[in-house]
Amino acid sequence: MSSNRPSSESPTKPDSTPRFWNDPDKRALIFQGLIVLALGAFILTVVSNTLHNLEQRGITTGFDFLSVEAGFGILQSLIPYSEADSYGRTFIVGLLNTVLVSFLGIIAATFLGFLIGVGRLSKNWLLAKICAVYVEIFRNIPLLLQIFFWYFAVLRTLPSPRQSFELFGGYLNVRGLYLPAPILEDGFGIVWTALIVGIVATWLFKRWADKKHDESGREYPVGLIALGLIVGLPLLVFFFAGAPVTMDYPALKGFNFRGGVTLIPELIALWLALTIYTAAFIAEIVRGGILAVPHGQLEAASALGLPRGRTLRFIIIPQALRVIIPPLTSQYLNLTKNSSLATAIGYPDLVSVFAGTTLNQTGQAIEVIFMTMAVYLTLSVLTSIFMNWYNSRSALIER
Amino acid sequence: MSTLEKSNQAQFMIELRDMNKWYGEFHVLKNINLQVQRGERIVICGPSGSGKSTMIRCINRLEEHQKGDIIVNGTELTNDLKNIELIRRDVGMVFQHFNLFPHLTVLENCCLAPIWVKKKPRAEAEATAMEYLERVKIPDQALKYPGQLSGGQQQRVAIARSLCMNPDVMLFDEPTSALDPEMIKEVLDVMIELADEGGMTMLCVTHEMGFAKTVADRVIFMDAGQIIEENEPHEFFNNPQHERTQLFLSQILQH
Repeated sequence: MSSNRPSSESPTKPDSTPRFWNDPDKRALIFQGLIVLALGAFILTVVSNTLHNLEQRGITTGFDFLSVEAGFGILQSLIPYSEADSYGRTFIVGLLNTVLVSFLGIIAATFLGFLIGVGRLSKNWLLAKICAVYVEIFRNIPLLLQIFFWYFAVLRTLPSPRQSFELFGGYLNVRGLYLPAPILEDGFGIVWTALIVGIVATWLFKRWADKKHDESGREYPVGLIALGLIVGLPLLVFFFAGAPVTMDYPALKGFNFRGGVTLIPELIALWLALTIYTAAFIAEIVRGGILAVPHGQLEAASALGLPRGRTLRFIIIPQALRVIIPPLTSQYLNLTKNSSLATAIGYPDLVSVFAGTTLNQTGQAIEVIFMTMAVYLTLSVLTSIFMNWYNSRSALIER
Repeated sequence: MSTLEKSNQAQFMIELRDMNKWYGEFHVLKNINLQVQRGERIVICGPSGSGKSTMIRCINRLEEHQKGDIIVNGTELTNDLKNIELIRRDVGMVFQHFNLFPHLTVLENCCLAPIWVKKKPRAEAEATAMEYLERVKIPDQALKYPGQLSGGQQQRVAIARSLCMNPDVMLFDEPTSALDPEMIKEVLDVMIELADEGGMTMLCVTHEMGFAKTVADRVIFMDAGQIIEENEPHEFFNNPQHERTQLFLSQILQH
């Protein structure tokens, strides 16, 4: 905490040593010392005051409560969980649910956002207008309201299990979406092997094709062959191995469906709302990125005879991506943090389960809130680090 | 209309017949008729807004004409993408603002189209590119990015980039207007050299009258979307026929 000024006196004025309180360096030191003292005193007061109050109310501090039995049920859990499990486990369950909906949301919002953003630039008048209306509607309605809409107005008004809609072998009703789940049998391992072989072969082929292209100018249908190797090969092996998969179909037993996978309506509503809301912002980011590429670049590419696809691949996308990625990162962070609105419709995310029920039952507000904030901070920083890494890879050197 | 009747020995390199273009209501080009011989070097001048840039931009379909015919090297320019592609392969263009690809090195700028349009092997494309960079006198900048070069150097790269496609025609759209005075010369020198080699058909929109006098076979004067006057340079500058031309010349030659 020292000042940046050079502390040695100027040699040309040996006699002009200022008085102690007029010397800027020493003054700076004094002020900084005072600030540190004040800050330290403030923190000390807050901490001791809090400890005192907690003691008076008989609340023990510390993280011991994490191993105490929770005693409440959670609607959806990615790991085995029962009421007999500890509060620590509710933390993990909530965390995984937050990660699940954020991850699904980011993937879907990216796809939808890119489609809408490009669509808004389309020469097709109708398509462009539809995309524009989409953006203006969904980014201008509060997210919480949109979550309520999907949850209460759409999903809660679905029929009861007995009158379920049937779609693609699954069932949709007021209790959620019930989908058949594949159960892998012995011998499915060979399909995984085929998939890995396909991916490696594609990578090798791409390298070979690039080299051949550099040498002879000949082009190979890399995309088609990659599709064949990655999708076709495992599929072929799958059928030759006698299709070693059985489907676990959901079936109506009593008042509800059993078997298969269930997507609870809270998850569907939250996922839909986060996706649709964030996609509107991503669409604008994508549109802005593409428009940021000067028109002269297109003209130069046309004048050189580059076809549209090539122009897009070599000229437009590399230049647009560099503009798109930093604000795209912000949207991913927003989506992750916005997922905490889950608590409004009772989706069991971290805030709802841990900073909600667990906090209420244990009263360990400081510890719980601290842990929850640390989680969001960590998730956001991790996303940032990943996106910055990707950005530095796709960022273009221009000088 | 869209037949690919490409006879190797079309009479003219470029032929415009009664070509008209509108921007909405505004009539930019009015009944343009122009015939350009193989290897002919033409300078087009005129006041701003006279349609000279628009005219040459119609030749490689950066702008669409609405009436009349444009025939380049025996191929008629229609909405047929095949024809547009054919013409663009034969016609190179140099822009006022260079329009180099900022994310690619100088060498990559020059190799992109030969590799992906002409399907040349990379080594061959690079060798050709280096040859042309040599000719525009900046082979040592090949691995730099456009942002690291001066305006004059960038424009010379742009010329090399076009030449790498081996065009029959070069269109220059005010190639020196965006340059500092001391850089104009280095670009003009390259263009003069290109003209002196012969064989290249050149259409150049410019106000560099010195360049017109040295290089042009013919000077065309345009005003208000029409070709007002055309003549060989000596006659054009010393004995302009049209009143509008006289006024224009007196204004730009004053300095």
